[in-house]
Amino acid sequence: MNNGKNSKMQMKGDKKEIDQDKGSKGKSISRRVLLGGAATAAVVLLKSSYGQVVQKAITQAELKISDPTKVQGPPPGVLGTRSKFETLVKKPSDTSSRTPLQDLFGTITPSDLHYERHHAGVPVIDPHSYSLTLHGMVKKPLVFSLADLKRFPSVTRIFFVECSGNYRGGKEEMTPQEICGLTSQSEWTGVMLSTLFREVGVKTTASWFLAEGSDAAVMSRSIPVSKGWEDAMIAYAQNGEAIRPEQGYPARLLLPGWEGNTSVKWLRRIELSDQPFMTREETAKYTEGVKDGKVRQFSFVMDARSIITYPAYPQQLQKGWMEIRGIAWSGRGKIYKVEVSTDGGKTWNDARLQDPVLDKAHTAFRYLWEWKGGAAELMSRAIDETGYMQPTMKQLIDARGKDMGGYHLNPVTSWLIERDGRVLFKAELTS
Amino acid sequence: MNKLWIVCSYLIVWSCNSNSDSLHVIVTAEGKTIKIDSTNWPSSFQLGRPASPEEIKKIDIDVRPDGTGLPAGEGSAIAGKAIYLSKCVACHGTDTTSPEAKLLGPVLISTKPGKNKTIGNYWPYATTLFDYVRRAMPYNEPGSLTNEEVYQLTAFLLQANKVIGEKEVMNAKTLPMVVMPAQNRFIPDDRKGGPEVR
Repeated sequence: MNNGKNSKMQMKGDKKEIDQDKGSKGKSISRRVLLGGAATAAVVLLKSSYGQVVQKAITQAELKISDPTKVQGPPPGVLGTRSKFETLVKKPSDTSSRTPLQDLFGTITPSDLHYERHHAGVPVIDPHSYSLTLHGMVKKPLVFSLADLKRFPSVTRIFFVECSGNYRGGKEEMTPQEICGLTSQSEWTGVMLSTLFREVGVKTTASWFLAEGSDAAVMSRSIPVSKGWEDAMIAYAQNGEAIRPEQGYPARLLLPGWEGNTSVKWLRRIELSDQPFMTREETAKYTEGVKDGKVRQFSFVMDARSIITYPAYPQQLQKGWMEIRGIAWSGRGKIYKVEVSTDGGKTWNDARLQDPVLDKAHTAFRYLWEWKGGAAELMSRAIDETGYMQPTMKQLIDARGKDMGGYHLNPVTSWLIERDGRVLFKAELTS
Repeated sequence: MNKLWIVCSYLIVWSCNSNSDSLHVIVTAEGKTIKIDSTNWPSSFQLGRPASPEEIKKIDIDVRPDGTGLPAGEGSAIAGKAIYLSKCVACHGTDTTSPEAKLLGPVLISTKPGKNKTIGNYWPYATTLFDYVRRAMPYNEPGSLTNEEVYQLTAFLLQANKVIGEKEVMNAKTLPMVVMPAQNRFIPDDRKGGPEVR
């Protein structure tokens, strides 16, 4: 709701509506209050971007304004709003919430649509009592307040974060959000961990550090010290403002290109050591079966991947020219090339990459295509600067065996275009 | 010509000096050389305050595979079973729980290989049990168990998974000695970029 005169008028109107409700039905809480406090004139059914039918309240004001050139709009406000006609939402499960990749443009994820994955809910942390302690194999163990962290030389960098369990398959009616919505990208600002390492005097014999959060799981991971010196960041800002609570407010660790779980949120403690700590998250979880009954551990880097986000389920195609769009990324460096196939992988064409192509960052790609009405199969595959090419699911199974589990799956994903214009996910099972 | 030479040499020496001042060179434990640009940085920013041993002790709750961090106290499986049945079973089931059962938490007790990754068939270190249970469990009351209770639960979970016997007592000395059945399955990440799919 906006501030100023208009909002007062609106509130008066609301109150009147509620009073009327109370009088006529004798209830203390009206349906209109439950629908968000706006004066509801009608409830309509809308199809959301991921194909679900949702109820949406239309206010009297919205119904009346049919010609925006004939009525004054609201005055300047204290906070911006999303258009009432946009219905962007994350898709939550019990343990995570997914970014609506198919509804986004460019490569920066709006902060309130950044994916969530946490192990014991989102903690409430007062920034004034927040502290980060660095201790263990250091010359000077120190406690930093949030204000201390903000006074150090700062760095701003754009890169992606991705959960290593970011693949779902198994049915045709799946959106990009459902398939791999556990990745998002932000512009992060903070202090380099190397700056803090220099300040506390990390001993040369230290080889691992524990990063520990102050959530109810006191979530912790062991990280090689070299990553701390190379490009680890303690971030306190995201897309120009303080980090959102869901992303680790007031400060978190960020390890560019590495599996999201290692970028410990709500960071309270870093302990330098000469051995890994073997926490639950790096032993019982976030480890994956490979051949001969072996289990791969400390699989930090996210391998190169891409997905076509348009066209995608549940869109209905019209004949003619369109731009096939998507994002590609690699935890090992820059995207070198993205190839697109419209014939199920028989032929491949170079997609255009949007400049600037950044290190360990979502990179937008585009390929112009004319759909003439027949059946087609759209695929994309990313190639990173190390020469790694995004594999097919079959290549992954061949390399890791049938018991590879659900971590670090980055298969080429296909969209089947039906003759009637429906777009369906070519659902590949992991085994 | 001679003069020019002298000026040039001076410039070279000066630029070398300036480089060594502004680059903080780190050789990591793995032998990696990392250069950090710290041009115009003081040797310390004088930010933060010293962490006292007492305040570190309060939050330093981790337990490592060699037993570092384990507190005093001990526990046996019999006492642990009683706690498990009152505080854990609702989410984690028992050894008779069907593998298909929908539980709030992962199944913890099984010695058979199968779809469920359990303590008996998957967890590589016994110390992880103590560390995790103490920091994060029970889910509805994290951090509420005493060190004795955590030792008791650890002993029960190891015994129920047939890793230790019923009479064995778990404490700071015995717990790090427990060898987990699946430990030899674990290998470090072997992916390294480039054309090979791993």
